[in-house]
Amino acid sequence: MTNQHKLSPFLKTMLLLGLLFLYIPIVSLVVYSFNDSKLVTVWGGFSTKWYASLFQNEQIISAVELSVQIALASATAAVTLGTIAGFVLARFKRFPGSSLFAGMMTAPMVMPEVITGLSMLLLFISMQQLIGVPAERGFFTIWVGHTTLCMAYVAVVVRSRLLEIDQSLEDAAMDLGARPLKIFFVITLPLVAQAIASGFLLSVTLSLDDLVMTAFLSGPGSTTLPQVIFSKVRLGLNPEINALASITVLVVGVLVIVANYLMLNSQRKRERAMAAAMRESSAG
Amino acid sequence: MNIQRLFKRLKPGRGAVISVPYFWLLLFFLVPFFIVLKISFAEQDLAIPPFTSLMNLEEGGLLHLTLNLGNFDFILSDDFYAKTYLSSLQTALFTTLMCLLLGYPIAYAIARTDPARRNVLLMLVMLPFWTSFLLRVYAWMGLLNENGLINSFLLAIGVINEPLMLFHNDFSLYLVMVYAYLPFMILPLFSHLVKMDGRLLEAASDLGAGPIKAFFTITLPLSKNGIIAGSMMVFIPAVGEFVIPELVGGPDTLMIGKVLWNEFFDNNNWPMAAAVATVMVLLLIVPIAFLHRFETRQLEGKGND
Repeated sequence: MTNQHKLSPFLKTMLLLGLLFLYIPIVSLVVYSFNDSKLVTVWGGFSTKWYASLFQNEQIISAVELSVQIALASATAAVTLGTIAGFVLARFKRFPGSSLFAGMMTAPMVMPEVITGLSMLLLFISMQQLIGVPAERGFFTIWVGHTTLCMAYVAVVVRSRLLEIDQSLEDAAMDLGARPLKIFFVITLPLVAQAIASGFLLSVTLSLDDLVMTAFLSGPGSTTLPQVIFSKVRLGLNPEINALASITVLVVGVLVIVANYLMLNSQRKRERAMAAAMRESSAG
Repeated sequence: MNIQRLFKRLKPGRGAVISVPYFWLLLFFLVPFFIVLKISFAEQDLAIPPFTSLMNLEEGGLLHLTLNLGNFDFILSDDFYAKTYLSSLQTALFTTLMCLLLGYPIAYAIARTDPARRNVLLMLVMLPFWTSFLLRVYAWMGLLNENGLINSFLLAIGVINEPLMLFHNDFSLYLVMVYAYLPFMILPLFSHLVKMDGRLLEAASDLGAGPIKAFFTITLPLSKNGIIAGSMMVFIPAVGEFVIPELVGGPDTLMIGKVLWNEFFDNNNWPMAAAVATVMVLLLIVPIAFLHRFETRQLEGKGND
C-alpha cells in the first residue's frame, strides 16, 4: 500500500517541470505588472502606477461591466438548459433523436470557434431578413452564443454527477408516491447542486474569456473585455494588460481555492455521515 | 429501473423536458451549419449583408436558383488553401502528440499521489485553465520577445551571446499551442488513470514484470480511453485555432482559422469565409463523429453497471 503512493524520480521531475511550465508565464505576468518602465520586459523599478491607470481607463471599465453582465446572463441560461440536458442524457438515455441530441451536446465543446461564431452570425443575419429579429448584433446575440457554448459544459458536468449517484433514492421517493417533478426538485437537484455550481462558475469564466465567437456576434456598440484586450495586445506588450491579468489571476485563484476547499469539506462531511449511517444500520 | 418505467409512462411531460434544450441546439447549433453551406454558394456583393441571395423570384413566377461554385473551385485550385489546411492539421497533430507526451506523466503522477495531496495537485493543474486563455497567450509574448525574460536570462548567465529568435515563428506557435491545450489532455487522462486499480501493478511486479513492462502491458492499455478522449479534445479545436497563430505565430504561419478570420473581417468576403468553414467542417466531421461514438459507448458502459 505504501509504495503505491511513492513516485519515481522520473514522475516527480515531470510533475515539477509541468507545473513550472504552467506557472512561469503567469508569474512573469504578475511580476511585470509592477514594473515602472513602459517597456514591459525591461525592469525599471517597483511601481503600482499601471493599476492606477487601469482603473482610470474608461474603455476597459465599461468593457468589464458589459462582459460581467453577459457572463452572468449566459451562465444562468446555460445552467438551466445544461442541467435539463444533462438530466435527459443521464436518465432518459434512449429516445427518438437521442443520438443527434448527444452529438449536438458534444460538438460545441470541440468545434473551432471560428466555425460556430460564423455560423451563428449567418443564422442571425438570415433570421433578421426573414422575421426582422434580432434587429442588431449586440448583447442578445452574444448571450445566445455564449449560452450555447456553456450549456454543453454544464450538461457534461451534471451528466457525469448523475451517473455517479445511484438512482435508489429517486426510486424510493417514487415508491412512496412522489411525483416526478417533485422527485426532481427535492431529491435529484440537491444531489447535483455542487455540479450545477461548478457548471455555473465554469460558464462565467468561459463567457468572460470568449474572444472569437464574440467577435462574430458583437455589434458596434458592444465591445467585451476580451475584445479590448485583443485589440491592445495585437499591437504589442502593454503594462496595463499585465495589471489586468494580475487582478484576474488573483480573483480566479482565490475563487478556485475557496470553491475547492468548500467542496472537499462537504465531501468529507458526507462521507463521515454515510460511514456513521452504515455503522448504525449494521449495529441495529 | 423503476424510474425509467415511470418516465416512459409520462411521455408528454418527458417530451416537454427534452424539447427545451433540444430545440435550442437545433436552432442555434445545427441549423446554422446549413446556412453556412447555403451562403458558401453565394457571391460577394456590395450590399448589406454582403452576399447575393441564391433564389430570386422573377416575373411570371419563375424561381431562379443561382449556385456559385466559384468559392469551392478557388479553394480546390489555389495551392494556398490546400497548404493551409494541411499545415493546420499538422500543427494540430503535433500539438496533440506533444500534449500527450507531456501530459501523460503529469496525469499519471497526480493519479498515483496519495488522495490528500492529489486534490491540491489537480487544483494546481486546473487553475491556469480557469484563468483567461487570452491572457495566458499574452504572457508568452513577454517571455519569448527578443528582449523577453527567456533571452535576458540566457544572456545574463552567458549561455548565448545574442538573443535567440524565439518569437513569431513556428517554435513559438507550437510552444504556446501545447501550453494552452495541455490541461485539456491532462484532465481526461487523469480521470481514467485514477480509476485504475493499483493492485494490478503490484501483482505484475510480484509476477516478475519490471516497471517498464508493467506500464506497457497494464497501465497504457487501461488508459486507452483517456488517451482517445484527451487527444480529440486537443486535436479538433486546435485545427481551427485563431488567437495563438495571430498573436505568437510567424508571418509564414498558415492556419485555416486565421484565413477564415481574414476573409471575414478584413476582406469582408462572407461567402468565401463560409466556404472555408464548410471544408473545415468536412475535415473535422470524422474526428467529431469518432469522439461522439466513443463517448456514447463510454456512457452506455457506465449506465449498465
